[in-house]
Amino acid sequence: MDGIPGILQFRLGFGRQTVAYPEGPARFPERFRGLPVLDAREGDGGRAGAAVCPTEAVRDPGGPGLAIDLGRCTFCGLCEEASPGAIRFTGDHRLAARAREGLAVNGSAPLLAAALDERARKLFGRSLRLRQVSAGGCNGCEAELNAAGNVQFDMSRFGVAFVASPRHADGIVVTGPVSVNMREALLKTWEAVPAPRLVIAVGACACSGGIFRDSPVQSNGMPGVPEIPVDLWVAGCPPHPITFIDGVLRLLGRV
Amino acid sequence: MTTRLLQAWNAEAFDADDVPVLPVDEFQQIVADTIAAGARVSSYSGRTDGQRTRVTAVLADDAQGRLGVLSCRVGASWPSLGAECPSIQAFEREIFEQFGVRPEGHPWLKPLRFEPPVNPNVDPWGRVARPTTIPGDYPFFRVEGEEVHEVAVGPVHAGVIEPGHFRFQCHGEHVFTLEIVLGYQHRGVEALLVGGPDRRTVTLLESVAGDTAVGNAIAHANGVEALAGFQIPARASVLRGVALELERLANHVGDLGMMAGDVGFLPTASSCGALRADFLNALAEICGNRFGRGLVVPGGTRFDLDADAASRLADKVQKAWERVEGATRLLFESPSVRNRFDGTGVVSRETCTELGLVGPAARACGVSRDVRRDHATGVFRFLHVPVVTGETGDVFARGWVRRLEAERSVEFVLRQLRALPGGPVRAPCPLPRPGRLVVSLTEGWRGELCHVVETDRDGSFLRYKLVDPSFHNWMGLALAMRGEQISDFPLCNKSFNLSYCGHDL
Repeated sequence: MDGIPGILQFRLGFGRQTVAYPEGPARFPERFRGLPVLDAREGDGGRAGAAVCPTEAVRDPGGPGLAIDLGRCTFCGLCEEASPGAIRFTGDHRLAARAREGLAVNGSAPLLAAALDERARKLFGRSLRLRQVSAGGCNGCEAELNAAGNVQFDMSRFGVAFVASPRHADGIVVTGPVSVNMREALLKTWEAVPAPRLVIAVGACACSGGIFRDSPVQSNGMPGVPEIPVDLWVAGCPPHPITFIDGVLRLLGRV
Repeated sequence: MTTRLLQAWNAEAFDADDVPVLPVDEFQQIVADTIAAGARVSSYSGRTDGQRTRVTAVLADDAQGRLGVLSCRVGASWPSLGAECPSIQAFEREIFEQFGVRPEGHPWLKPLRFEPPVNPNVDPWGRVARPTTIPGDYPFFRVEGEEVHEVAVGPVHAGVIEPGHFRFQCHGEHVFTLEIVLGYQHRGVEALLVGGPDRRTVTLLESVAGDTAVGNAIAHANGVEALAGFQIPARASVLRGVALELERLANHVGDLGMMAGDVGFLPTASSCGALRADFLNALAEICGNRFGRGLVVPGGTRFDLDADAASRLADKVQKAWERVEGATRLLFESPSVRNRFDGTGVVSRETCTELGLVGPAARACGVSRDVRRDHATGVFRFLHVPVVTGETGDVFARGWVRRLEAERSVEFVLRQLRALPGGPVRAPCPLPRPGRLVVSLTEGWRGELCHVVETDRDGSFLRYKLVDPSFHNWMGLALAMRGEQISDFPLCNKSFNLSYCGHDL
């Protein structure tokens, strides 16, 4: 079949692509690494895991304060391999927090971002337009943010979408460690968004500098840009599209 | 290639002292002659050597599958080869920006990444304090005349894209020139790699370009395994090949969807967006990450697939591919799409050769060039993936080459997954040997990924030079836009889909 009938036939055969989340389960591959669960009394207490971590994300190895700073974690799973028992990654994809320090976890409780206050929920809850600013990363987070808008994850069914201009936006989504060369453009974009406005930091780079931390030509992420207050921190390298959507919906009090 | 070059195979380590150090004029003569004879520049990089700069060139002879390596020591300036060999002009600017070696007579000497110099006391642009220049804040090329106007785009673009600045000189819709300024993504990757390998190394390489994590991890692993004199198990070699082709599939299918989107052909745009995920998810089935992060390490792979899992994965890939066939048939058979694709953004074969373009962008111009065939390593030495070329060098050809390449990749993946060799996927890889040098090439989905790694007396990385395919190809996009309509820029841009972070490092 040619032309429009052929296209329609293909579309019908393609079926529904959109994931069931949030009403139904978000299906993840078996080996997906989400929220880690830690136990300092097991195995080596995380010592070997801390030693192999590419971003020094494991805190207090062997001690009672054993935790992983998910703001640094790249979810590579090397620590789990090195410290079996003490460190285990679960499939829990919910990995966002309202405060930067909230990303330091030991897995004793799920990591669920708290909702905005009532006034902000009323303002942004039904329609949230975001301007994305890519500031020195590897394009992994950008790829997943793009995917969040495709027919599979279809973020716009929640009224959340990326827009072309900061003037049309209710907030910005920042990725990357904030390179020196992007710092000014980031500040200008943020200033161009009318207040009240939200700021969402996405990925290990934006949360801490990630694997580029302490390189002299970047800012160690949004903690190094104190001019811009952050409302939501989303962990991952890169965060799965569902992780991003889940964080935003929790911020808006929608799940 | 002349005998004054050290000749090596891809991923073959040799003593760094064996690289000939030639006088500057002889070095440049050999480089120019070898390029004129049909070779191309894979890498051309500097490092500090006492008071001077040691420049090492890697010239690839694709027909012979050989790499020529030579070097020279240069002081504060040298004559530019940029006009004679346009494929070198960006490398000369890089060496100037990093080490202050001025290429006299360079056709257009301007910053490449706006990065601070390696030696803070020698600023090539004569800036006194720490350079605060931002990319884009510099005198652009200008066309003067009545009704000529300028269009500035970026660094923050309309979509969710990396930052770069595009400056068009236009007359109405007609584009005279496009000037591309990059550097916004510069985060200091090469500097962070020096002194390795350490616990950061593999993750850093996976973060050179997040959409090419597998490709760069393989190039890295092949390189350090060669430096250590180590051979990985056969099963690991095959799994790496599968992952590399899955990465290619995900990106090629995604690109075809984006190109469809840019001409408003939504059926393919939306379905390819979802189908791309099937290939990303196949990578996640292997290693837990949709971009294949954490899979490839020196010594092999960190994850294995049992026979059942491999067979299930093959079925998923096959099913996804059947849908891609349908979605792309709609695309390439639609007259409205062909009307926009055909003849748009043409790069001639001559220009392609002159600029040293790589990957699908080169193959679309009819230049048959593919590391998997020309400089095969690993599984590609035993199983050949046919190289696909186009003729027309336009948007259509860049799309069609991707479509055909994806088909070859699927055939490869299915065949490998259904007949994985036995044995382990990983063995302990020793540390690199001291005083060695290796050139490791891998055909990433955008084209040749080049890693040139040299170890010092302790076996640590003295210099880790990375050349992303985009480093060669950005100029191709700029030239493809000449004489086009500015409204076709998004489409041309997408048909190249180059990496900003891979260029900026």
